[in-house]
This record gives sequence, structure tokens and C-alpha cells, in this order.
Amino acid sequence: MKEASPSKAYALHLGVIVLLFALSFVLPEYHHGLLARIMVLAVFAMGYNLLFGYVGLLSLGHAMFFSAGLYGAGLAVIHLGWSVPAAFAAGLACGALLALVIGLLALRTSGVAFMIVTMMFAQVFYLVILYLAAWTGGDQGLVVPQSARVLVLGDTSLGLTNPTVRYMSALVLFSIVLLVTLGIVRSRYGRVLVAIRENEERTKMLGYDIFSNKLAAVVVSGTICAASGAAYALLFGYVGSTFASVQYSILPLLWVLLGGAATTLGPLIGTLFMYYVVDVTSGYTSAYLLIVGIALILLVLFFPRGILGTIRQRWLGWLP
Amino acid sequence: MMPLLTTKGLSRNFGGLRAVDGVDFALMPGEIRAVIGPNGAGKTTFVSLISGRIQPSSGMIVFDGADITNLPAYARVRLGIAYTFQITSVFANLTAYDNVALPVQRTLTDGRSKGAVHAGVMAALERTGLADRAHMPAGQLSYGHQRLLEVAMGLALKPRLLILDEPTQGLADSEIDNFIGLVREIAKSATVLLIEHNMPVVMQLADRITVFNAGKILAEGTPEQVRANAQVQDAYLGTTP
Repeated sequence: MKEASPSKAYALHLGVIVLLFALSFVLPEYHHGLLARIMVLAVFAMGYNLLFGYVGLLSLGHAMFFSAGLYGAGLAVIHLGWSVPAAFAAGLACGALLALVIGLLALRTSGVAFMIVTMMFAQVFYLVILYLAAWTGGDQGLVVPQSARVLVLGDTSLGLTNPTVRYMSALVLFSIVLLVTLGIVRSRYGRVLVAIRENEERTKMLGYDIFSNKLAAVVVSGTICAASGAAYALLFGYVGSTFASVQYSILPLLWVLLGGAATTLGPLIGTLFMYYVVDVTSGYTSAYLLIVGIALILLVLFFPRGILGTIRQRWLGWLP
Repeated sequence: MMPLLTTKGLSRNFGGLRAVDGVDFALMPGEIRAVIGPNGAGKTTFVSLISGRIQPSSGMIVFDGADITNLPAYARVRLGIAYTFQITSVFANLTAYDNVALPVQRTLTDGRSKGAVHAGVMAALERTGLADRAHMPAGQLSYGHQRLLEVAMGLALKPRLLILDEPTQGLADSEIDNFIGLVREIAKSATVLLIEHNMPVVMQLADRITVFNAGKILAEGTPEQVRANAQVQDAYLGTTP
């Protein structure tokens, strides 16, 4: 938020991106694939964090923005035979449009009512997907054919099923969204968003139109989540209604809380942590959710502001 | 000269209570006007109606020749009506710098250069004597400094009308003297509407005083006229000796 010393923050973020790039060459196959998935889902968490962490709006319906991107991109490929870039753009457009409409309606409420309203809209979206089974595949979902998942760039064509291409595509998306988020939260607009979170009434009396600022944040947040969904459909080839269910509205909240709300890198850390705790524990016992639960309780006890949030509070005040 | 602000028949009911009751009020550009009155007289409700935080039940508000009765609060701020809160309402978790940057960045018309925000913020902080505390979180400032920060935020809006709601409440006597100087300084470039309980401050600062009682204007005039007004003495200053 301070205008001074931005270089440290940018260096850190670029360092994380370089590290993720380097990991691509050393990770064993299984973890390589898992990390690609985590990066795509971390984009989902970053989109959620923008609204929840910075503006303080707790939505319980972000699964609809993720799945708007997922279905927008997936169905464009499957039914319309669109190319990968066009399908990705379609996914983004669906998410942005949906976020605009939902924002216009849901932002008439605040607090608990906002949570309930967003959750209800997400449920409607979920049920509509099931209802339109002829196009969406209902609860079975649809597989995006491998033949269509090819990114043509000039003369070269890159198969998105190739692990390296997939990893690098996920990394490119992740990096762009990370830097965009960093740019937003350090900008004047970011300062206004935080001001709204801290004291809405006061911000209004400084001459800011709260509604349009919030609406813009919902649209940006929804579009980022849709980008994650669209990338998921194109990179992993599956479009399913599970991604529109309540579970996928809760997960980004959990990831963000774990990693640290209102920190730019928290969503990545939260997603990474959650995935690996599940991954490691489920290798030992079928009761892995018990261990996940205990891990979460310990984390809340000792890192009440999430991993990065607590680190920032105690040691590194300059973290964005 | 045309008044900067006028209200006609301005009223606001809370249930059966008429907190502001048919007030006709006019404020000339450049003056320092104090609004006084006993607790519950409707002073804060009255300025809240002007700033747009509360909608009137009936009546009309005209600012600089334009009817602003139906404008939302943020749009009135943009026209130049700034309101500083009675209960200190700074952004406690943000630095003093960021607190002032919020109004500064909104009023900038060039909208681009970072230098302009920085210069504007430091100017407002220096005017209120807070420049050396720019990077402290506002919540860690002393109460008196938080009040000054509140004024700095109001100043940074470059208002044409600055509404100060009990600005000296909770300030030490030494701080009050500085404050009086600051308000005089502000009044060179803006019209000031001041709700104040501290009578010495009112008598020193105000060009004119408006006395509220039970939602209505009881009297209005120069400090001397108001001081001599028997009705005011009965209602507010205590009965005549």
C-alpha cells in the first residue's frame, strides 16, 4: 500500500515465478502434474482473494464464476469446434458477463445476506447445468477431446496434453494473474478497495461511489476465476458439474484463509498446502480428512491470519 | 451575494420525532458559521442532511445554485461538500499517508502522476502538522492527532464547504489553540460550517452563529447578538441572572 520501496515486492514475485519455472525441470512426473493443477486453481483463489481479502466481500458463490469459464471454454470447443484461444476468450467473456449481472443484483445486499444471495445464485447456476444435460452432459460432465486441445501459434502447434506444455501454460496464466493482482492492490484503485473494506461509510464521504467500485471488483474477481476455469477445461480436458457445486465455492475461501487473506501470494501457498496435506495424508489412511481437519485447526490456532498473513504481521511488514 | 448553501423547509423525522423541523438556512461563501444548541437539538442530523448521509423527509437543499436534495452523498462530496465525522473515523489500519492519499487521489484531475499524489498528501499533512507521522498506522496516533488527520482528510478534498462536527471534542487546551489557527487558515479558501460545544472556540472563530433548539432555528446572528439574546440564554446558556 505504501508508495515507497516497490522493488522488494516485485523481486519477490518474480522470484516465485522463476522458482516455479525451474521446478518444471526437476519435479518428478506426478508432482509436475499436480503443481500444474495447483497453479491453475491458485488463479481461482487469487480471483477470490481480490474480492474477499481486499474488498472484504465474502462470497459463497464463486464456483459459478469458475464454472462459467469452465463451461464457456469447454462447450465452445466441444459443440462449436472453436480453437483454444477463442474458447479461452469465450470462457473469460462468460465469467465477466455473469459477474456483472450477479454483481448488479447481489451488491444490493451486504454481509450475511451477500453470502446467502451469492450462494443461491451459484446453486441456480449448478442446477441449470444439470437441467441442460443435453448440452452440458449433466452430472456426468463432458470430456474435451484431445484432438481439440491443441494450441496453434503460427507454424507450431502445441498439444496441451503434453505435460511440459501444460505446465508452462499454467505457469503463464498464473504469472499474468499474479502480476495483475499485485498491480491492482498497489494501485490507487487497490487503495480504494482496502478503504471500502476498512470503513465503507468513511470512503463514501471521501467522494467514492461504493457501488461502482465494488461492482468493478466483482467483475475483475469473476473474470479471473473464469480464466482459471477456462484454463482448467482446456488443460485438463474435463468439464463437470462438480466444479459448480457448493464445495467449489468453499474451497477458494479455505485456500485464501490458509494462505493469508489480502496477501498476493497467500492464495498460491494456501492451495499448495491444502493439496499436499490431502495428497500426503491420503497415502497413509482413508481417514485423511480427519488429519486435514486437525491440520486446519492447528493452523488457525497458530496462524490466525493464514500462513503469509501471520508472517507479514510478525516479521515482514512490507509484504503486499 | 448569492448564498453558497440554502435549505428550505428542511425536515427529517425519526418515527414520531421531528429531529429537524422545517429549517430555512442560508450560508454565505467564505464565512465561518457555528451551529450550537443543546444535546438532541438536531445539529448533527442537520449537517448529515446537508452532506447526504441522511435523506430528508421533506424540504430542499440548494448548493451553489443547484438543487442537490436528491444527490447521493458521494456526489455531493465531489461538488465540494466535505464532512468530518463527530466520532473520529479514520482508517485505523492504514497509515496516515494512505488515509490522506484517498481523498487526494480522487480530487486530482490529471489522474496520472504519482508525484502529484505525494505532493498533495504531504501538503495536507504539513498543514495539520502530521508530516513526520505520515507512515504511522492511523490507529496508533494519539486522539488529538487522529482528529487532526480527520481534518487533513477533509482539507485534501479541496472542499468549498467544510463541515466540522465537534472538531475540538477530546482535544487538550494546547491543541485547541492550534486548531483555531488551522480553521482560520482553512477559512481563507473554504466556507466552514462548524458544530461546536466549546463556547470560547465558537466565540473566537465564528462570523455568525446559528442556534438550534428542538429541531428548529431558535436564533441567528453575530456572536455578540447571540450572546445577548435572552431566548438563547434560557434555552442553552442557562437562565438569565
